[in-house]
Amino acid sequence: MELWYTDEHTPDVRFSMKAVEQVVSKKSAVQQIDILDTPAYGRVLVLDGGLMITEKDEFIYHEMLAHVPMAVHPNVKNVLVIGGGDGGTVRELTKYRSIESIDLVEVDKDVVLLSKKYLPFTSCKLKDRRVSVWFEEGLRYVRGKKDEYDLIIVDSSDPYGPAEGLFTREFYGTCFKALREDGILINQHESPFYAAHQKSVRDAHSHIAVEFPLSTVYQGHIPSYPSGHWLFGFASKKYNPITDLDDKRWNRLKINTRYYNTDLHCGAFALPNYVQDILKEEKRR
Amino acid sequence: MARSVPAGAGDSQWERQRETPLADALDRQRINRLAHFDVPAHKSGRGNLELTEYLGSRAMAMDVNSMKPLDNLGHPVSVIKDAQALAAEAFGADDAFFMVNGTTSAVQAMIMSTCTAGDEIILPRNVHRSAINALVVCGAIPAYINPGQDKRLGIPLGMSIADVKKAIAEHPSAKAILVNNPTYYGICSDLVEIVKLAHAAGMRVLADEAHGTHFYFHEELPVSAMAAGCDMAAASIHKTGGSLTQSSILLTRRPVNPDYVRQVITLTQSTSASYLLLSSLDIARKNLFFKGREMYQKTMDFADYARSEINELGGYYAFGPELVNGDTVYAFDRTKLSVHTRDIGLAGIEVYDYLRDDYGIQIEFGDIGNLLAIISCGDRMMDIERLISAFEEIKRQREKSPIGLFDHEYIDPVIAMAPQEAFYAKKRRVPMRESTGLVAGEFVMSYPPGIPIVAPGERITPDVLEHILFAKEKGCFMTGTEDMDLNFINVVE
Repeated sequence: MELWYTDEHTPDVRFSMKAVEQVVSKKSAVQQIDILDTPAYGRVLVLDGGLMITEKDEFIYHEMLAHVPMAVHPNVKNVLVIGGGDGGTVRELTKYRSIESIDLVEVDKDVVLLSKKYLPFTSCKLKDRRVSVWFEEGLRYVRGKKDEYDLIIVDSSDPYGPAEGLFTREFYGTCFKALREDGILINQHESPFYAAHQKSVRDAHSHIAVEFPLSTVYQGHIPSYPSGHWLFGFASKKYNPITDLDDKRWNRLKINTRYYNTDLHCGAFALPNYVQDILKEEKRR
Repeated sequence: MARSVPAGAGDSQWERQRETPLADALDRQRINRLAHFDVPAHKSGRGNLELTEYLGSRAMAMDVNSMKPLDNLGHPVSVIKDAQALAAEAFGADDAFFMVNGTTSAVQAMIMSTCTAGDEIILPRNVHRSAINALVVCGAIPAYINPGQDKRLGIPLGMSIADVKKAIAEHPSAKAILVNNPTYYGICSDLVEIVKLAHAAGMRVLADEAHGTHFYFHEELPVSAMAAGCDMAAASIHKTGGSLTQSSILLTRRPVNPDYVRQVITLTQSTSASYLLLSSLDIARKNLFFKGREMYQKTMDFADYARSEINELGGYYAFGPELVNGDTVYAFDRTKLSVHTRDIGLAGIEVYDYLRDDYGIQIEFGDIGNLLAIISCGDRMMDIERLISAFEEIKRQREKSPIGLFDHEYIDPVIAMAPQEAFYAKKRRVPMRESTGLVAGEFVMSYPPGIPIVAPGERITPDVLEHILFAKEKGCFMTGTEDMDLNFINVVE
C-alpha cells in the first residue's frame, strides 16, 4: 500500500506528495495537527489538512519573513511574531544579536509542543533566552499593546479557520498601534495566482493600506505552496523597503542565509504586471 | 417544570421530549414520493429549477401544503397538535400555538384575545410597534405606564411596582397588563410581583418575550413568563432559540381558553402555513429542551467576557447586572451585549455603521446613545475578539467630544386620543419640521428596535421632533410614515 498526502490548492487543483510515515496525528483544542515524513519534502507539518511547512523549502518562507524588514529597519530591538508556532521565523530572528526580545504569540499550544519534539529544524531556537512564548489569540494579545514593538511579523495559516481574525482591518489597526513610530509590519500574504486566494490578497492589502502610510507586497518562490508564487506584505510607518535598504550594514553582519540576499531583496519588490494591477485596483476601491 | 432542565433518562418527560412528531411526519411524506396534484406548483422544486438550485432540493421538497398526514395549523388534530403539546410542556405552559407570521402576530393574538374595542390595557410605552398596532386593529385603549429611565444611558427601563399599583388603581377595569420580558436592552421588571398585583385586580398579564425565549432554559437567567405565572407569552423562538426567521410560539395558561385564542389567531394568520417554519419550531424545541442550558451557558460566558474586555478599553460602557436596582431593573439578561457609546462622542448608530462598513461586522442595532450585539452559542471566540478589537480601533481613530449629542432615548408621551381613533381619523400631510404641537396620525420609529418615538394619537412635542430629526441625521433607519423619506407626517385634522 502506498501512502500519499494531498493538499487541495483549489477545488480543481491538487498537490500530492508520497509519504513514508505519519509521525503525529492529534486533534488539538484549535485544529487537527498532522506531521508526516515524505521522501521529496522531508518532514511536513499539516494543519486542518492544509500544508504549512516542509523541511525542504521552509527556509525560503521564513527567511523572507524575517530578513527583508531586518535589512531595512536600522534598529530593531523588540519583535512580535504572531502565529509561527513551528519556530522557523524565530530561528531566523535569533541570528541578529541586536534584537533584545522576541514575543511569540501562538493560539495553539500543541503546535509549539509538537514542533519542539518533532520539528527540531524550525523549533531549535525557541529556547533562546530572548524568546517568550504566549499561548493566546493574536487579536487579543495585540489589543493591549501600544508603542512597544519595532517589528511585527504575522506568520499565520490561511485566512479561513483559526487565523481568520489575523486578516482583518481591526487586527492591522491594532498592530499599527502596537508598533513604535518607525515600526514595520510584515505578513504572510497568500498567493495572487488562483482566483480563490486572490480575494484574500486583495482584502488583506486594502485593509493594510487604510491603516499604514506605506504598504506594498513582495514575493518569494516556495515550491510546495499553491502556485509556488507567494506574497508577503510590507507595511511601514516610516521606512521605504527599497530606498531605506542598508545593504552594506546588512552584509557586514555576515548572516548565513540560503535564499535571501540584498540583491534579491530589491528584486522581490519588482512585481509582475498582473500583481501590480491587483494592488492598483485595490487602491482605487 | 418550567425552566426545564432535563431530569435524566428514565423520566417520561425526557423520553417524550426526544420526539419531533411534526418534523418526522414531514420527512415521511418527503420519502413517500407522493404524486402531487396540490399546491405549491413548484412540486418539490421540479417546477422551478432556478430556485431549487438556489435553495437546495431538500428545502424545496419540504415546502408542501397542509394535507392529512401533516395536519392543519388552523385546526390541529394530529402531528401539529402533538408538536404544540410538546412545546407547551417544554416551556411550562398549558397550551402552545405555533406562529408563522412572526412574534408580531403572537403579540397581536395576546392583545386581541384579551381586549375588545373600548377595553383598557395597561402597558409600558416602550413596547414594540406590534403591540400598538394591535390596539389600532382591535380598538383597545392604552393606559401607559412610563418606564423607569437610566439618566446616564438614556434608555427606558422596566416598570416600577409603585407605578403598576398606581395604574391598576387608576384603571380598575383594565383587562390586562402587558410586560416586556425583557426589553431589547435586556432589562426585566419584577414579573412575579406584577402577576400577583394584576391577578388580585382580576387582570391578565401578557408578556412580550420577543427577546426572552432563552429564559426558559437556564436557571441563572431572569424568570420566564410562564414560571412567573403570566397568562400569555409571545416567545420569539427564531430570535434566540434557533428556529427559522419568522417562526414563533404563543404560550398560554388556563383559565385562558385555548380554543378562543386559536380563533383569534386564525383571524389574521396565513392558511398556508410554511412547513419549513413549523418543522423548525419542532426541532428547535427539542434542541432547547436537551441542549438549552449548555447553549445559554456558552452565550453568557461569551457575553460576560466581551463586556469585561470592552469596559477595559475605556470610553465605552458595556452595561450588565450592576444596573439591577430591585425595581425598574429587577433583573438583567446577561446574554445581551449592550454598549453605551455616548462618552466617546459617537452615536450608537454611528458605531454600528463603522463596524459594518469598515470592519465587516454586523450587529443588531444602534440607536442614539447605545448599540446592541446579539451573542449566541453559534459565535466563535475569534469573532468575539474581532468585535472587541474593532471597538478599540473605532475609539482610537474616531473618538470625539460628546458635547452636542442628544442624550435620551425615551420621551414621556402626551396622549391626545386612542391609537385606533387617530389612525382612522381624517388626516392631513404636513412637513415634519412644522408638525410641533399637532397629533400624529401614524408611527415614527427607528427600526430596529421598533419602539415608536411617536405613535398614532400622541402629540408631537418639541422633544419628539428633536429626537426624530437627530436620529434621522445620524443615519438611523427610520420607518412608520407613509412618506418613505420622512420629510412629511400625517397628522389628525
